[in-house]
Amino acid sequence: MTPRRKRLLIIALTVAGIAVAAGLILAAFEKNLMYFYSPSEVARGEAPDNRPFRLGGMVVEGSVLRQPQSLGVWFTLTDMAEESMVYYDGILPDLFREGQGIVAKGQFNDTGLFVASEVLAKHDENYMPPEVADALEKAANPQSNRTP
Amino acid sequence: MIPEIGHFALALALALAIVQSVVPMLGAASGNLTWMALARPAARAQCLFVVVAFIALAWCFIANDFSVTYVAANSNSALPLAYRISAVWGAHEGSLLLWVVILALWTVAVSFFSRGLPPAFIARVLSVMGLISIGFLLFMLFTSNPFLRDLPAAADGSDLNPLLQDPGLIIHPPMLYIGYVGFSVAFSFAIAGLIGGHLDSAWARWARPWTIMAWSFLTCGIALGSWWAYYELGWGGWWFWDPVENASFMPWLAGTALIHSLAATEKRDVFKSWTVLLAIAAFSLSLLGTFLVRSGVLTSVHAFATDPARGVFILIFLGLVIGGALTLYAWRGPRTLGGADFELASRETYLLANSVLLSVATATVLLGTLYPLLLDALGGGKISVGPPYFNAVFIPLMSPLLLLLGIGPAVHWKRDRMARVLALLKIPALGTVVILLAAYAMVEPAGRATAMFGLMLAAWVVCATVNAIVQRCRARQQAWLALITLPASFIGQSVAHIGFAVTVIGVTMVSLYDADKHVRMNVGDQTHVNGYDFTFVSARKVAGPNYDATEARFSVAQDGEPLASLAAQKRFYRVRGMAMTEAGIDARLSRDLYIALGEQLEDGAWSVRISVKPFVRLLWLGALMMALGGVIAASDKRFRRARAAVSAGRSDARQSSTAG
Repeated sequence: MTPRRKRLLIIALTVAGIAVAAGLILAAFEKNLMYFYSPSEVARGEAPDNRPFRLGGMVVEGSVLRQPQSLGVWFTLTDMAEESMVYYDGILPDLFREGQGIVAKGQFNDTGLFVASEVLAKHDENYMPPEVADALEKAANPQSNRTP
Repeated sequence: MIPEIGHFALALALALAIVQSVVPMLGAASGNLTWMALARPAARAQCLFVVVAFIALAWCFIANDFSVTYVAANSNSALPLAYRISAVWGAHEGSLLLWVVILALWTVAVSFFSRGLPPAFIARVLSVMGLISIGFLLFMLFTSNPFLRDLPAAADGSDLNPLLQDPGLIIHPPMLYIGYVGFSVAFSFAIAGLIGGHLDSAWARWARPWTIMAWSFLTCGIALGSWWAYYELGWGGWWFWDPVENASFMPWLAGTALIHSLAATEKRDVFKSWTVLLAIAAFSLSLLGTFLVRSGVLTSVHAFATDPARGVFILIFLGLVIGGALTLYAWRGPRTLGGADFELASRETYLLANSVLLSVATATVLLGTLYPLLLDALGGGKISVGPPYFNAVFIPLMSPLLLLLGIGPAVHWKRDRMARVLALLKIPALGTVVILLAAYAMVEPAGRATAMFGLMLAAWVVCATVNAIVQRCRARQQAWLALITLPASFIGQSVAHIGFAVTVIGVTMVSLYDADKHVRMNVGDQTHVNGYDFTFVSARKVAGPNYDATEARFSVAQDGEPLASLAAQKRFYRVRGMAMTEAGIDARLSRDLYIALGEQLEDGAWSVRISVKPFVRLLWLGALMMALGGVIAASDKRFRRARAAVSAGRSDARQSSTAG
């Protein structure tokens, strides 16, 4: 092979490799995107039934209900317009409490209950997850609604 | 008075930074040696004033001067002294000051250890570093001044974020920043080289030790951050693919590609344009990382809207640095670059593969980190990209990297015969098989195939690296004596590569065989995880300087034999009203026993997270080995000798086949 052809070969291999990588990456990216939905959007049926998403809102005062003898817990999230019930089995984050804005990652089970695999509350007592703040604002001003 | 001194010192530092960047650059352009010579004293004087400002801010924290807004927001009179000092870099303004201090220290280091470099070149390097400093000083003085007063003074401060009240967090940010900012040296070398048209193997030899040192610090900083998240967040995870983590990982990936590409540029005068691009990329990603983490854009894109000055400044600064560097590259690059030829079977090919794989990895992390921000900023909805994406992408990218990593160091520069290389690699291949057979019995059946794959890659790298060392020694007359006379860069490279393999073993084992259980436990209860019996022995109240805590004691036994006693705390920080978890950990090389308290339930029981994490220590041990390898490599005599050679006025065109 001449040096020129060798260089071309290297470049071709590199480009092909990058193209394959880019394809795989974008596929993985698309598959693992998680959208955020507010209780209002869930109530309107906009949230997906068969793939995980993030659901956020304020934990309704007095809504936290624990299963005795296990770590199962039910609570209700609100954006001040609609409410969604969440079930979670595990340790809640340090800053989870009633009246706090939180985000739950999970998906609907067969009976239509939102089962969270992870509950996120940020480490700052005054801090509202931005998605939740946005959802509250949207629920308060329905005119400015925009669909994700 | 002290805050005003700090403020004034910052303004003076800005003036000196302007002198440091303008005068030597003009001098280098016009050939005026006196103007060029001004770079060194100006850099040192700038450093002095930045350090004065830093000490002034530290003094405000130590003396509890709550009239300073930044101190009042991030400290408290009950905060222990060590944390009052680390609180200096606990938030946005102070961490920028730390950034500038470290930049000034790197600049001074360059000014001292660059005696043999051509005066025009070093004048340009220091000038570019001065430009970066100007950007940061302006940003601080106009939008993020840590010395602003709020009179009348607050009675007491609102305390440091409890998450940051931890020994790990005292040293993690400085380490990380030393790494981030260290890439500014490589960046400045690249810019100076582009301006002066001086980009050759001598240039790469000057840039290498600086870049490797910065990379070592960054490696250390990331490992510390991961270790801290592991024991302080109470989730038992060591890497979350969180944007904050990604922000530090991107410069690391680009930096890793850079140090390898620099090796090829130094040894063989190839990949020059690519190396320059990587130097620009590594530093740009460091800047991006600093701003991503500290500007609040991650908490909310709309943080920019609440403080538009900061956001606009950051975007302009990033645009100037990245855009300016790339424009210069496009303009000057083609004239100064060009490269030597190499065969397909040569070390260059392997280093090229390294660059491609690491660059693609960087791009994937960048996509996963920035795309959600961009989409949100454009009003396209709120999305997040989960760890599955990163895992799905990283495993196929890192696997060929590890495979090639075993081969690369065995291949000669420029031209080699694949048959020779393959013959050489028979022994390590055999060693890998032996190790795998031995490991097969020890690895549990579930997930065995994946585990064996990870272990195979790691074993391959270790065996091939050891084999390369043996081959090197054999080539000498007294094999054992040769071991201590091997060049430091080769030893460092080997240590770092084995460290990478060690990290891979840790990642593989802990990802596959991590046992994690959330249980409800009362005092006296016992639970079993992976053959260990955990007993909740007692719970008692303890009081810290600024928190109240419940401390739970657990005893651990295996087959009836008592093993360890663990104490986990749930702390409640009084001033901020925040709860924090302190995990109880019994650490061994082969496994960690990990207990974190969740919350207290109605009947006095606790929700408890109990984990057994096999080989999780290897993860950080490997990272430390990588960092150590970098330090060893940077200490290579060749880098100093090269400088002496240049100063003696002869260009070093020696073509050595020593490892890079």
